[in-house]
Amino acid sequence: MTLFASAVPTSALSTGAVSTSAVSSGVGDFPLLTFLIVLPLVGAVLTLCTPARRTEWAKAAGFVTALATLGMALWMLADFDGHAHGYQYEVQHDWIGNLGVHFTLGVDGISLFMVVLTAVLIPIGLLASVHEPNFKQFTVWMLVLEASVIGVFVALDLIVFFVFFELVLVPMYFLIAGWGHGNNRYAATKFFLYTMAGSAFLFVGILTSAYLFTKAGHPLTFDVRDLTAWLAEPGNVSTRTARLLFVAFSVSFAVKVPLFPLHTWLPDAHTEAPTAGSVVLAGVLLKMGTYGFLRFAVPMFPKAAQYFAPVLLTLAVIGILYGAIVATMQPDLKRLIAYSSVAHLGFVVMGTFALTTQGLQGGLFTMVSHGLTTSALFLLVGMLYERRHTRTISDFGGLSKSVPVLSGLFLAATFASIGLPGFSGFVGEFASLLGTFVTRRWWAVTATAGVILAAVYLLWAFQRVFTGEPQGDNAALRDISGRELATVVPLLALSLYLGFFPKPVFDRMELAVEDLMAHIETTTGYAEPDTPTPEAVTPDAGSTGGHDEGGAGGDE
Amino acid sequence: MGALLAQATEVEAIPAPDVDWLAIGPPVVLFAAALAIVLLAALVRGRSLEHSLPDWMVLGGVLGPVMVWVGRFWFVRYDIDGGAGAVMAVGLVAALAALVFALARRQVFAAAFVIAASGTVSAAAIGVAQWNVVRSDGPYTALARAVAVDGFAVFVSGVVLGATLLGVLLLTSWIRREGLEGPEAIAVMLMGATGMLVMASANDLIVVFVALEVFSIALYVMTAFDRHRIESQEAGLKYFLLGAFSSAVFLYGVALVYGATGSTNLIDVANAVRGVATSGSNGMLMVGFGLLLVGLGFKVAAVPFHMWTPDVYQGAPTPVTAFMAGATKAVAFGALLRIFVGAFDGLRSDWRPAVFALAVLSMVVGAAAAIVQTDVKRMLAYSSIAHAGYVLIGVQVATEVRGPFGGTAAALFYLAIYMVMSVGAFGAVQILGRRGDRAHSVNDYAGLARREPVLAALLTLFLLAQAGVPLTAGFVAKLAVFKAAVDAGQYQLALVGMLSATVAAFVYLRIVIAMYAADDDHDRDTGHAVAPPRATRLVIDLPTRLALGAAAAVVLLFGVVPGWLLDAAEHATNLLAGT
Repeated sequence: MTLFASAVPTSALSTGAVSTSAVSSGVGDFPLLTFLIVLPLVGAVLTLCTPARRTEWAKAAGFVTALATLGMALWMLADFDGHAHGYQYEVQHDWIGNLGVHFTLGVDGISLFMVVLTAVLIPIGLLASVHEPNFKQFTVWMLVLEASVIGVFVALDLIVFFVFFELVLVPMYFLIAGWGHGNNRYAATKFFLYTMAGSAFLFVGILTSAYLFTKAGHPLTFDVRDLTAWLAEPGNVSTRTARLLFVAFSVSFAVKVPLFPLHTWLPDAHTEAPTAGSVVLAGVLLKMGTYGFLRFAVPMFPKAAQYFAPVLLTLAVIGILYGAIVATMQPDLKRLIAYSSVAHLGFVVMGTFALTTQGLQGGLFTMVSHGLTTSALFLLVGMLYERRHTRTISDFGGLSKSVPVLSGLFLAATFASIGLPGFSGFVGEFASLLGTFVTRRWWAVTATAGVILAAVYLLWAFQRVFTGEPQGDNAALRDISGRELATVVPLLALSLYLGFFPKPVFDRMELAVEDLMAHIETTTGYAEPDTPTPEAVTPDAGSTGGHDEGGAGGDE
Repeated sequence: MGALLAQATEVEAIPAPDVDWLAIGPPVVLFAAALAIVLLAALVRGRSLEHSLPDWMVLGGVLGPVMVWVGRFWFVRYDIDGGAGAVMAVGLVAALAALVFALARRQVFAAAFVIAASGTVSAAAIGVAQWNVVRSDGPYTALARAVAVDGFAVFVSGVVLGATLLGVLLLTSWIRREGLEGPEAIAVMLMGATGMLVMASANDLIVVFVALEVFSIALYVMTAFDRHRIESQEAGLKYFLLGAFSSAVFLYGVALVYGATGSTNLIDVANAVRGVATSGSNGMLMVGFGLLLVGLGFKVAAVPFHMWTPDVYQGAPTPVTAFMAGATKAVAFGALLRIFVGAFDGLRSDWRPAVFALAVLSMVVGAAAAIVQTDVKRMLAYSSIAHAGYVLIGVQVATEVRGPFGGTAAALFYLAIYMVMSVGAFGAVQILGRRGDRAHSVNDYAGLARREPVLAALLTLFLLAQAGVPLTAGFVAKLAVFKAAVDAGQYQLALVGMLSATVAAFVYLRIVIAMYAADDDHDRDTGHAVAPPRATRLVIDLPTRLALGAAAAVVLLFGVVPGWLLDAAEHATNLLAGT
């Protein structure tokens, strides 16, 4: 940080806010973020080196690494200073000096929960997959995936970000192609190519941004703070250039989210992926897209973001409704949940492009919440598939009689995913709708229909799978095991906890979101309309709010 | 008559040029090694057919000379006699022991390998010495300005020698597996490399042409070397006919440029071109450099001069394909950069659009045509066309130096990395081709990952590197090239390049998928069961292990810490010594 502060005076997100020191708090010089990336990689290498016959060694190495990473991430969560502006736990090293690339890492309220969510989901994914064939290699890829996903969320250098953004594809590709079902190689290739094609635009956008920065006489850098501060400054980049660059960044992130017309890779990838793959894919990989909007596309080109906001809002709302409607029609349970992700992520994008503090917070919270609830649903569907070797809804029926505990958990996950008050899904979607309602009333009103549709497709699916009298194979099924419980229950418990006590999350993301809004306001001259305070978003306060019947009503 | 005689006596004696042995050291050493092998093969008959090559001789032949030269540079730089001397002594003993034992047992093949490896390493060591001289005293020309000794020449020579060393290792393994006779193929490869080294440092169009012919003829011979396979003969003939034609085109271009500028020396040509550029256009010069572009475009396999590439890459013995892909491309691009960016700098507004078109066509056609192939060697051939397109981006923007890392440096870096990636990939393909060098269909790769996990992982690494996946050198190479393009304002080229890389990625993924597919899988395209794996086992001997291991190490190393090679490429961008 100090290195760059001397070169370029303004720090990106503290332009409007009080510029307090952004130096990491209380950790001394321990490079926590580097460790969060390196540790899973080291674990992956160790796992790879275990002898093929001693599978328990590979298991031990994998779990120890994943849990150690989780421990570090939780420690960071506890230690994170919610009252400090800017990035914490910063790390900076020279990497490719000739090309101006520095290995710069840092975490703030926007990325913090994504890192923790990743660290939570990887051990759960491993635990859910211990019966996969060739578990050793599976573990290796999962750990590589963990390292690269965490890298995406903590990178503060655009090239480093891109490196991890692309690197994620490799382990995910092998997980889908190696352990997936059905047409998995097709799905894996489609996933890889879709994202890579999107990245093409991102890459050129990144290079162009840095080039424009150097052309203006600054030293070559890909540091996101320097570039954001300079690109967002009115008059530095022409309106047309800024819009083109915004589109270049957005295409790549929209593929990843995925936004409506670019979403077709997602159902295939999700459906054919192994359970743990779907969990990580839905839990954190999709968030790389929305995170990209929040961290790069919007703050770097705030004026262009405003200009394109109606387009993206419309696509998001289409995604919400389209995802929900298509989900309703799916004969395949896993595909249904995959399409529900399209709808949920629509809420995130909508909240983001409402460009209000509430909307941004709601979007961020939905990112966390969706990671918990949809992962739980995928885990439960995976359990059903293990028992019946089918995911077709019409093959099931009456499972609540044969597997009562599993069906109870499925119902809980269904409610959490629908956004029933009391679960985290409600808080996020509600805040997102509320924030959108303030600036973009009709989009919010239309999107509310998606909340109802979510209840339709999930409850209908639940009804067809679990209610009635079990026939044939469905009658004699093993109920959920202890190991399986250990994978699902933490996620649902977290979702429930955050549904009642969202404050710890909001507290930590609040400052980052406010700084982001302040940055947008100072650079574009746009003033955010008055919104209720974040405290009003908690469920009990929300139901007594003034003009929110639309959002709350849809959930009942 | 008398007047003529009188004139003749007035002509001064032609001064003998000073021979700067350092300047021409690398090709001389390689050529000497090639001659030694040929002589050996001719003089020593006997057990040459047995191809006995113990592992310790392989190590002695490769590592021995490396130790000798490392020790020597260590000695020169730090003056630590004890350690350096010991390293040199051990290396010398190892190399000599390998050679002496091989000769004593009349193992001509083993001796040829040791000579070839030592020669290549020694030539590279002389290159390092040249590099040090150039870095301290600046670039210069030698032999009547026909040979340039500059960072550019040394860098390209380094790439060629790297490809030669890996090529010799692969070729050795291939000859043994196929049971072909004699070490002549190794000698021919060294002769080809000699021509390439001359071309890398050529500062005169005539020298460029002579070098071009030397290595081209060697390549024609090598392409047709596999007498068990009719495709090899066919490819050799095809390559020879088209190659001879392109050489003629190139030579005609040289003649026209000479006519227009009055010289074939690149420095004089550059000065003349600058005059022309200020005084208006010159038709003869335009046609001349257009023909040069066509001739070199043929050698680098740029669309639309790429027609020979798939057939020749597929038909040639796989180690020869590897050598061709890695070394020929590097050296032909070296000449292209030196001639166009160096000598024809003044006419850049005339040739840049042409190179733009070549780059876009190569990237698009190369990547698109690769999709429909079913033969892995053909796929990689088309992908090499696409890679030529990426390097052409570097050439296109080389004259527009705005950023700190320009197009020339980016192109050089890309060539070095592509050499390693492609030689590595073809090396793995060579192993998978099995005895007979025929099992190159994608379907033949089914189930490989389970039977040979390490080999499958290595090939995956090389393919992903070619696709530009991060933390492999291929990503840094693409980053360098596309960054240079953006810095020159050529956003379209960068975007087309990235999209073409995506299309190409599909091709690499097809190969990867095939390897990780199960044996009993059915081919998705045709519905037919995939052919069962050939009964013949895979031969993975020490030379191929060394070659693949070294290539993989380089791909990973420069993917994570590329700074050193990027520095070298940036220092190697002085294209015209003496200007």
